[in-house]
Amino acid sequence: MLWLFALIAGILFGLYYALAALGLNLIFGVMRMVNLAHGDVIMLGGFAAVLLFDRLGINPLITVLLVIPPSLLVGFVAYYLLGTRVQRSRDPEMMSLVMFFGVSQVVEALAVIGFGNNEASITSAVFGSKPFSIAGQGVPGAWLVSAGVGLAALILLFVYLYHTGLGRATRAIMSNADEARAVGVNPDRISAITFGIGVGLAAIAGIFSLFMIGGTTPSEGVGLTVTAFAVIVIGGLGSPMGTFLGGIVFGLALMFTQTYAPVWSGFAPFAILLVIMLVRPTGLMGRSVRSV
Amino acid sequence: MAQRPRRQLVSDALMVVLPPAGFFAASFFYNNQLLLLTMMVYVALAQGLNVIFGFTGYLPFGYVGFFGAGAYGTALSVHFLHVPILVAVLLGGVAGLLVAALLSPLLRLTGAYFAIASLAAAEALYYLVSNPQLTAVTNGPYGVNLASVYNSGAAFDAAVILVGIAMLCVVWVRRSHFGMSLRAIRADPLSARMAGVNVVRARTIAWLISASLAGLAGAIYAWAISVFYPEAVFDLSISVFAIVFALFGGVGTVLGPLLGAIVLYGVYNYIGVSQPQEFQLIYGVLIVLIVLFLPNGLLSIRLRRLRRGR
Repeated sequence: MLWLFALIAGILFGLYYALAALGLNLIFGVMRMVNLAHGDVIMLGGFAAVLLFDRLGINPLITVLLVIPPSLLVGFVAYYLLGTRVQRSRDPEMMSLVMFFGVSQVVEALAVIGFGNNEASITSAVFGSKPFSIAGQGVPGAWLVSAGVGLAALILLFVYLYHTGLGRATRAIMSNADEARAVGVNPDRISAITFGIGVGLAAIAGIFSLFMIGGTTPSEGVGLTVTAFAVIVIGGLGSPMGTFLGGIVFGLALMFTQTYAPVWSGFAPFAILLVIMLVRPTGLMGRSVRSV
Repeated sequence: MAQRPRRQLVSDALMVVLPPAGFFAASFFYNNQLLLLTMMVYVALAQGLNVIFGFTGYLPFGYVGFFGAGAYGTALSVHFLHVPILVAVLLGGVAGLLVAALLSPLLRLTGAYFAIASLAAAEALYYLVSNPQLTAVTNGPYGVNLASVYNSGAAFDAAVILVGIAMLCVVWVRRSHFGMSLRAIRADPLSARMAGVNVVRARTIAWLISASLAGLAGAIYAWAISVFYPEAVFDLSISVFAIVFALFGGVGTVLGPLLGAIVLYGVYNYIGVSQPQEFQLIYGVLIVLIVLFLPNGLLSIRLRRLRRGR
């Protein structure tokens, strides 16, 4: 029953990968900026969880709540300090790409200086050492928790975007920033809040990267950014629903490769990204937001 | 185009000839040949990136993929085809060209999509080359040994020629009709198409030139260091350096990337930053500052002052 395990694991990992990509999608959707430091925020989230667990014995689930305020703050500061200036430049999309690439290098370097080049991790026994049984397949508790947090984040973001005033303003900017401004929405304020939420989601994903991806190292950021980008490209930009779908497709593809062709599991995510981009650049759920 | 002022022709010729001559001369005064060679490799990479990014606006984060393809193209040619090393180096350039041709559908994407897709392509190539299942062909993760053809003097001369070729490519792109059409496409693809420019063809040519330069650079670098692992020639920081050097000097110009590579790589070695992360930190800060305060590069300061003076 190898395929059944791959199927269940694929869906659980898919939910997690959706979480890992959610922040990147949100920031791109609202600001048309690609936060290339996204993976590095995930990495920092991982280190935060390890430090709090090792030093103070804080459960990773509580760390989820603890990382939210600093993430919002970092997002605010980053947006007003860097984002606003880039948004007013000649070519915001490319310039932000290059700039956040620089930010990513800075974060990675500081992480090496601060934490050393070693791998940091938490034992997955923190969520129970006995595997849970789903349809006869043993699944580690940490996987279930991670997938559960991913699902919760998806639902909360959906509620925020579609059932709150701020969310409505956010969607207004997503579809047309100029018209949103004309009806009294302040794009800078909404963008700063969105950036904060995006950073927070990445940090939360970082906490569970310890169980889903393996121990965190300072240099893992770039790879994680590409993975997250693959997920949102598969799903299409804009809606959290697309990210959910993209995550599931990605998770399943990854798990089936790991089960049946483990040597190629490093190659597979990038190959999937390339194929999807070439076959369907707008993604599975994507509206046509690109033009030549 | 025919009635080009003679002065411009002379200055163009000087821009092609002087940089390699300078590097060649420098080898008599400065005995760290590998450092000079690496600097030349980066000049070629920065200029190659300039051709695609500076003139079409397409930024390939995965530029290192062509560099790695060139290094492995050369190594495989030596091991399996038993050709003379110079032919193997040229085949390294061809390897870069072939990979680029294979990846040319990526040019359908724009902006961030293209940048990240190219990064994914480079990573995929790395995982392909270093895959243990391909040990019989590429020696997988265990690296390549080219000691049998090692010749540091000849590799150095090849790098000098490479700098000349890179400068020639950029001068040509800058001055030719072809370069004009690239800039027209960058400004407005639709108008350029309506004015009779073949947009896809022009972009593809720039892409292939750019990739071939990186392939040759990788080939010569592989020849010079002779023993390497796949992660050394597919290291993302090679892309980073090329981008930073080109941006720092000013993309879309002939001298900018040359200046950027010499100044930044020179300063790096002069300070002798021993910890790679300190270097990474400085470069990261530099990228952010360039984007925020000097988006058109170092040369733009001079141009601005000249314009103000008039």
